[in-house]
Amino acid sequence: MSNNSQLRSELAKVRGLGSAKSGTKDFINQRLTAIAMIPLGLWFVCSLLCIATSGDTAKTAAFFASGFNSSMLILLLAAMFYHAKIGVQIIIEDYLHCPYSKMAALLFNLFLNSGLAVTSIVAVLKLHFSH
Amino acid sequence: MSKNTTSHARPLSPHLQIYRWQNTMILSILHRASGVAMVAGTLLLVTWLSANAYDPAFAASLNGFLAGFIGKLMLFGWSAAFYFHLCNGVRYLLLDSGKFFSVENARIATFVVAGTSGFLTLLTWIIVWGGSK
Repeated sequence: MSNNSQLRSELAKVRGLGSAKSGTKDFINQRLTAIAMIPLGLWFVCSLLCIATSGDTAKTAAFFASGFNSSMLILLLAAMFYHAKIGVQIIIEDYLHCPYSKMAALLFNLFLNSGLAVTSIVAVLKLHFSH
Repeated sequence: MSKNTTSHARPLSPHLQIYRWQNTMILSILHRASGVAMVAGTLLLVTWLSANAYDPAFAASLNGFLAGFIGKLMLFGWSAAFYFHLCNGVRYLLLDSGKFFSVENARIATFVVAGTSGFLTLLTWIIVWGGSK
Protein backbone atom coordinates (compact mmCIF):
# COMPACT_ATOMS: atom_id res chain seq x y z
CA MET A 1 0.00 0.00 0.00
CA SER A 2 2.69 2.47 0.96
CA ASN A 3 4.89 1.30 -1.96
CA ASN A 4 2.00 1.78 -4.35
CA SER A 5 1.35 5.36 -3.19
CA GLN A 6 5.00 6.28 -3.75
CA LEU A 7 4.67 5.31 -7.42
CA ARG A 8 2.08 8.02 -7.98
CA SER A 9 3.25 11.15 -9.74
CA GLU A 10 3.26 14.58 -8.07
CA LEU A 11 0.30 15.63 -10.26
CA ALA A 12 -1.74 12.57 -9.26
CA LYS A 13 -1.10 13.31 -5.58
CA VAL A 14 -2.38 16.89 -5.70
CA ARG A 15 -5.42 16.26 -7.94
CA GLY A 16 -8.61 16.86 -6.03
CA LEU A 17 -6.79 18.28 -3.00
CA GLY A 18 -8.07 21.82 -3.61
CA SER A 19 -6.39 25.15 -4.17
CA ALA A 20 -2.68 25.40 -4.96
CA LYS A 21 -2.75 28.88 -3.28
CA SER A 22 -2.41 30.55 -6.68
CA GLY A 23 -4.70 31.25 -9.64
CA THR A 24 -6.12 34.56 -8.46
CA LYS A 25 -3.74 36.48 -10.76
CA ASP A 26 -6.42 37.44 -13.31
CA PHE A 27 -8.93 38.39 -10.58
CA ILE A 28 -6.46 40.73 -8.84
CA ASN A 29 -5.00 42.20 -12.05
CA GLN A 30 -8.48 42.92 -13.41
CA ARG A 31 -9.22 44.99 -10.31
CA LEU A 32 -5.81 46.70 -10.29
CA THR A 33 -6.22 47.79 -13.93
CA ALA A 34 -9.80 48.88 -13.15
CA ILE A 35 -8.62 51.14 -10.30
CA ALA A 36 -5.83 52.56 -12.48
CA MET A 37 -8.32 53.33 -15.25
CA ILE A 38 -10.65 55.41 -13.03
CA PRO A 39 -8.42 58.54 -13.24
CA LEU A 40 -6.84 57.56 -16.61
CA GLY A 41 -10.22 56.94 -18.25
CA LEU A 42 -11.82 60.14 -16.96
CA TRP A 43 -8.80 62.15 -18.19
CA PHE A 44 -8.94 60.38 -21.56
CA VAL A 45 -12.64 61.04 -22.18
CA CYS A 46 -12.42 64.70 -21.20
CA SER A 47 -9.37 65.45 -23.35
CA LEU A 48 -9.78 63.22 -26.38
CA LEU A 49 -13.52 63.60 -27.09
CA CYS A 50 -13.03 67.35 -27.52
CA ILE A 51 -10.14 66.79 -29.97
CA ALA A 52 -11.85 64.02 -31.94
CA THR A 53 -15.10 65.93 -32.41
CA SER A 54 -13.41 69.23 -33.28
CA GLY A 55 -12.17 67.89 -36.67
CA ASP A 56 -9.03 70.01 -36.18
CA THR A 57 -5.69 68.26 -36.93
CA ALA A 58 -3.63 71.09 -35.39
CA LYS A 59 -5.24 70.36 -32.01
CA THR A 60 -4.26 66.69 -32.38
CA ALA A 61 -0.63 67.61 -33.06
CA ALA A 62 -0.49 69.91 -30.02
CA PHE A 63 -2.04 67.18 -27.84
CA PHE A 64 0.59 64.55 -28.73
CA ALA A 65 3.50 67.01 -28.48
CA SER A 66 2.94 67.02 -24.70
CA GLY A 67 4.94 64.39 -22.81
CA PHE A 68 2.28 64.27 -20.08
CA ASN A 69 -0.52 63.50 -22.56
CA SER A 70 1.52 60.82 -24.36
CA SER A 71 2.58 59.16 -21.08
CA MET A 72 -0.97 59.15 -19.72
CA LEU A 73 -2.28 57.69 -22.98
CA ILE A 74 0.36 54.90 -23.03
CA LEU A 75 -0.46 54.00 -19.41
CA LEU A 76 -4.16 53.92 -20.27
CA LEU A 77 -3.63 51.78 -23.40
CA ALA A 78 -1.54 49.24 -21.45
CA ALA A 79 -4.10 48.97 -18.62
CA MET A 80 -7.05 48.99 -21.04
CA PHE A 81 -5.91 46.15 -23.31
CA TYR A 82 -4.81 44.04 -20.33
CA HIS A 83 -8.22 44.63 -18.69
CA ALA A 84 -10.01 43.85 -21.99
CA LYS A 85 -7.99 40.63 -22.44
CA ILE A 86 -9.00 39.37 -18.97
CA GLY A 87 -12.65 40.44 -19.40
CA VAL A 88 -13.14 38.82 -22.80
CA GLN A 89 -11.29 35.69 -21.60
CA ILE A 90 -13.80 35.32 -18.75
CA ILE A 91 -16.71 35.60 -21.20
CA ILE A 92 -15.11 32.99 -23.51
CA GLU A 93 -14.51 30.62 -20.59
CA ASP A 94 -18.12 31.06 -19.43
CA TYR A 95 -19.84 30.38 -22.75
CA LEU A 96 -17.50 28.33 -24.98
CA HIS A 97 -17.29 24.72 -23.84
CA CYS A 98 -15.86 22.95 -26.93
CA PRO A 99 -12.12 22.59 -26.08
CA TYR A 100 -10.87 23.40 -29.62
CA SER A 101 -13.01 26.47 -30.30
CA LYS A 102 -12.36 27.67 -26.73
CA MET A 103 -8.60 27.39 -27.20
CA ALA A 104 -8.82 29.11 -30.60
CA ALA A 105 -10.91 31.95 -29.14
CA LEU A 106 -8.56 32.37 -26.15
CA LEU A 107 -5.52 32.54 -28.46
CA PHE A 108 -7.29 35.01 -30.78
CA ASN A 109 -8.25 37.16 -27.77
CA LEU A 110 -4.67 37.17 -26.46
CA PHE A 111 -3.09 37.92 -29.86
CA LEU A 112 -5.67 40.58 -30.80
CA ASN A 113 -5.34 42.53 -27.55
CA SER A 114 -1.51 42.23 -27.52
CA GLY A 115 -1.39 43.36 -31.14
CA LEU A 116 -3.73 46.30 -30.59
CA ALA A 117 -1.81 47.37 -27.46
CA VAL A 118 1.59 47.37 -29.20
CA THR A 119 0.22 48.98 -32.40
CA SER A 120 -1.46 51.83 -30.53
CA ILE A 121 1.48 52.48 -28.16
CA VAL A 122 3.94 52.61 -31.12
CA ALA A 123 1.56 55.03 -32.88
CA VAL A 124 1.48 57.29 -29.79
CA LEU A 125 5.30 57.23 -29.59
CA LYS A 126 5.56 58.09 -33.29
CA LEU A 127 3.07 60.97 -32.84
CA HIS A 128 4.96 62.25 -29.80
CA PHE A 129 8.46 62.19 -31.28
CA SER A 130 7.50 63.49 -34.73
CA HIS A 131 5.97 66.71 -33.35
CA MET B 1 -24.48 -0.25 -14.70
CA SER B 2 -22.26 2.27 -16.42
CA LYS B 3 -24.76 2.42 -19.28
CA ASN B 4 -27.45 3.62 -16.88
CA THR B 5 -25.38 6.52 -15.62
CA THR B 6 -24.47 7.81 -19.08
CA SER B 7 -27.76 7.38 -21.01
CA HIS B 8 -29.88 9.61 -18.74
CA ALA B 9 -29.77 13.36 -19.21
CA ARG B 10 -28.53 14.99 -16.03
CA PRO B 11 -30.78 17.58 -14.37
CA LEU B 12 -29.77 21.18 -15.08
CA SER B 13 -29.97 24.12 -12.71
CA PRO B 14 -32.63 26.71 -13.71
CA HIS B 15 -31.39 29.27 -16.22
CA LEU B 16 -32.05 33.00 -16.68
CA GLN B 17 -35.60 32.78 -18.09
CA ILE B 18 -36.84 31.05 -14.90
CA TYR B 19 -36.13 34.01 -12.63
CA ARG B 20 -37.97 37.31 -12.22
CA TRP B 21 -35.82 40.11 -13.68
CA GLN B 22 -33.93 42.13 -11.10
CA ASN B 23 -31.79 45.27 -11.35
CA THR B 24 -28.60 43.46 -10.37
CA MET B 25 -29.12 40.91 -13.20
CA ILE B 26 -29.68 43.65 -15.77
CA LEU B 27 -26.59 45.58 -14.62
CA SER B 28 -24.49 42.39 -14.69
CA ILE B 29 -25.52 41.68 -18.30
CA LEU B 30 -25.05 45.33 -19.33
CA HIS B 31 -21.58 45.31 -17.75
CA ARG B 32 -20.48 42.52 -20.09
CA ALA B 33 -22.29 44.05 -23.06
CA SER B 34 -20.72 47.48 -22.51
CA GLY B 35 -17.30 45.84 -22.04
CA VAL B 36 -17.55 43.98 -25.35
CA ALA B 37 -18.87 47.14 -27.06
CA MET B 38 -15.83 49.05 -25.83
CA VAL B 39 -13.49 46.31 -27.15
CA ALA B 40 -15.07 47.02 -30.56
CA GLY B 41 -14.56 50.73 -29.81
CA THR B 42 -10.82 50.16 -29.28
CA LEU B 43 -10.58 49.20 -32.97
CA LEU B 44 -11.72 52.75 -33.80
CA LEU B 45 -9.23 54.18 -31.28
CA VAL B 46 -6.31 52.18 -32.71
CA THR B 47 -7.36 53.16 -36.26
CA TRP B 48 -7.53 56.84 -35.22
CA LEU B 49 -4.10 56.73 -33.54
CA SER B 50 -2.49 54.86 -36.46
CA ALA B 51 -4.09 57.21 -39.01
CA ASN B 52 -2.72 60.25 -37.18
CA ALA B 53 0.73 58.63 -36.95
CA TYR B 54 1.10 57.25 -40.48
CA ASP B 55 -1.50 58.75 -42.84
CA PRO B 56 -2.45 62.42 -42.15
CA ALA B 57 -4.82 62.54 -45.16
CA PHE B 58 -6.81 59.58 -43.85
CA ALA B 59 -6.69 61.06 -40.34
CA ALA B 60 -8.25 64.29 -41.63
CA SER B 61 -11.15 62.44 -43.28
CA LEU B 62 -11.56 60.24 -40.18
CA ASN B 63 -11.70 63.39 -38.01
CA GLY B 64 -14.30 64.81 -40.38
CA PHE B 65 -16.35 61.63 -40.04
CA LEU B 66 -16.11 61.70 -36.23
CA ALA B 67 -17.16 65.35 -36.16
CA GLY B 68 -20.24 64.45 -38.27
CA PHE B 69 -23.57 63.10 -37.03
CA ILE B 70 -22.86 59.34 -37.34
CA GLY B 71 -19.37 59.80 -35.89
CA LYS B 72 -20.71 61.77 -32.95
CA LEU B 73 -23.45 59.13 -32.45
CA MET B 74 -20.78 56.38 -32.31
CA LEU B 75 -18.71 58.41 -29.81
CA PHE B 76 -21.87 59.08 -27.78
CA GLY B 77 -22.60 55.34 -27.57
CA TRP B 78 -18.97 54.66 -26.71
CA SER B 79 -18.94 57.29 -23.94
CA ALA B 80 -22.26 55.98 -22.53
CA ALA B 81 -20.78 52.44 -22.44
CA PHE B 82 -17.62 53.85 -20.82
CA TYR B 83 -19.43 55.75 -18.04
CA PHE B 84 -21.76 52.84 -17.33
CA HIS B 85 -18.85 50.36 -17.17
CA LEU B 86 -16.93 52.80 -14.94
CA CYS B 87 -19.79 53.42 -12.45
CA ASN B 88 -20.84 49.77 -12.37
CA GLY B 89 -17.18 48.76 -12.01
CA VAL B 90 -16.88 51.00 -8.94
CA ARG B 91 -20.02 49.28 -7.59
CA TYR B 92 -18.29 45.89 -8.08
CA LEU B 93 -15.16 47.16 -6.31
CA LEU B 94 -17.32 48.26 -3.36
CA LEU B 95 -19.14 44.89 -3.40
CA ASP B 96 -15.70 43.21 -3.30
CA SER B 97 -14.93 45.17 -0.14
CA GLY B 98 -18.18 44.00 1.50
CA LYS B 99 -20.53 46.96 0.89
CA PHE B 100 -24.21 46.81 -0.26
CA PHE B 101 -24.84 43.23 0.85
CA SER B 102 -28.40 43.83 2.09
CA VAL B 103 -31.19 43.49 -0.51
CA GLU B 104 -32.31 47.11 -0.07
CA ASN B 105 -28.80 48.59 -0.34
CA ALA B 106 -27.97 46.40 -3.35
CA ARG B 107 -31.08 47.75 -5.06
CA ILE B 108 -30.32 51.39 -4.18
CA ALA B 109 -26.75 50.97 -5.53
CA THR B 110 -28.10 49.88 -8.94
CA PHE B 111 -30.18 53.08 -9.20
CA VAL B 112 -27.15 55.18 -8.18
CA VAL B 113 -25.10 53.52 -10.95
CA ALA B 114 -27.79 54.15 -13.58
CA GLY B 115 -28.29 57.76 -12.49
CA THR B 116 -24.59 58.64 -12.19
CA SER B 117 -23.59 57.10 -15.52
CA GLY B 118 -26.48 58.84 -17.31
CA PHE B 119 -25.62 62.18 -15.67
CA LEU B 120 -21.89 61.94 -16.52
CA THR B 121 -22.66 61.01 -20.15
CA LEU B 122 -24.98 64.00 -20.59
CA LEU B 123 -22.57 66.35 -18.79
CA THR B 124 -19.68 65.28 -21.05
CA TRP B 125 -21.68 65.92 -24.21
CA ILE B 126 -22.93 69.29 -23.00
CA ILE B 127 -19.24 70.22 -22.52
CA VAL B 128 -18.26 68.75 -25.95
CA TRP B 129 -21.11 70.63 -27.67
CA GLY B 130 -20.11 73.82 -25.89
CA GLY B 131 -16.45 73.36 -26.89
CA SER B 132 -17.20 72.65 -30.56
CA LYS B 133 -19.18 75.89 -31.02
